[in-house]
Amino acid sequence: MKRIAISLFAVASLLAAAAFAQENVSTLRPITPLAENGPAAPMPKVVNTDIRQVRNYPEQPPLIPHKIDNYQVDKNSNKCLTCHSRAAIGESQAPMVSITHFMNRDNQFLASVTPRRYFCNQCHVVQTDAKPLVENDFVDVDTVLEYVKSKEEAN
Amino acid sequence: MWAFIKRLWSTIRRPSVHYSLGALTVGGFIMGVLFWGAFNTAMELTNTETFCTGCHEMRDNVFAELKTTIHYTNRSGVRAICSDCHVPHDWTDKIARKMQASKEVWGKIFGTISTREKFLEKRLELAQHEWARLKANNSLECRNCHSSDSMDITRQSARAAEAHERFLFSGEKTCIDCHKGIAHQLPDMSQQSAWAGHGNTSSVEKATAFLEQKQDEAN
Repeated sequence: MKRIAISLFAVASLLAAAAFAQENVSTLRPITPLAENGPAAPMPKVVNTDIRQVRNYPEQPPLIPHKIDNYQVDKNSNKCLTCHSRAAIGESQAPMVSITHFMNRDNQFLASVTPRRYFCNQCHVVQTDAKPLVENDFVDVDTVLEYVKSKEEAN
Repeated sequence: MWAFIKRLWSTIRRPSVHYSLGALTVGGFIMGVLFWGAFNTAMELTNTETFCTGCHEMRDNVFAELKTTIHYTNRSGVRAICSDCHVPHDWTDKIARKMQASKEVWGKIFGTISTREKFLEKRLELAQHEWARLKANNSLECRNCHSSDSMDITRQSARAAEAHERFLFSGEKTCIDCHKGIAHQLPDMSQQSAWAGHGNTSSVEKATAFLEQKQDEAN
């Protein structure tokens, strides 16, 4: 008898939890049932201001402040380097690829961009005007230092 | 042979015996119109996308690549077909280009680029022909749609506006100088000067000449 009561209670609480979860747990996935295709979200626009963005930490690869639609970067050609290479910046007035990109893995500088740094999009990306799905509470190192300093002063 | 030509000439010179002057002139006029119309219609037919993509060389290589670019799909739905960029619109230039295209018929018959590998092998040379043509006619086919007079640079991104102001409006460069590979994939560009930052050929030549001279002096 007791065992039946316990199992009944367990089933009931499971059901309640499931019902509660269905109503209250919010997910990143849209509310459309799994088996159906919901309407596609509008494509966010690429930020094309040409204004350089602040890096969140010194090692961050700089963001691309312009559109790169259909830029060909392969064995044959590298569209990015037609403006950002050492030889091209006189005409393009674009920032030159960092000298670190000329360095091979033995820290030797080569004449041009090394193969391991050739594919720009491995690190450098554009930004879109999409709304972030989750809040980002990242703070940069200056803010951290300021916080520490204020704590020290308070003591 | 000479006798035949002489006979033909005397026949042509003799006045018509059976046909009236009216029939000959009106008939000649109508036949002329028909011939001219048929000629131009046939030529226009070779300017269509269906004609160009009728061969697998075009359909599977360059046309497939065009499909992902802005000249095939875009927000306003205005699009370019092969002949918009690759055939001049003016009649005389068009005829000249069509006669050049007999080389392409030759290539088709003998399978010059009949496989993907052959096409990739030949791609740089073919591209260079097109770049040379557009460079020589000041990117005429681009300008048939993209007139620099109608270009409102305030509607462009700051980067594009500045570049057009510096190079296009000053006449220093023409469209194709910067906008290579916008409708098709680029071939191996490592030997193209002022492209991909591999230095330009002239400075390489200068350096080679300098080193050779030094070597000669040493010997």
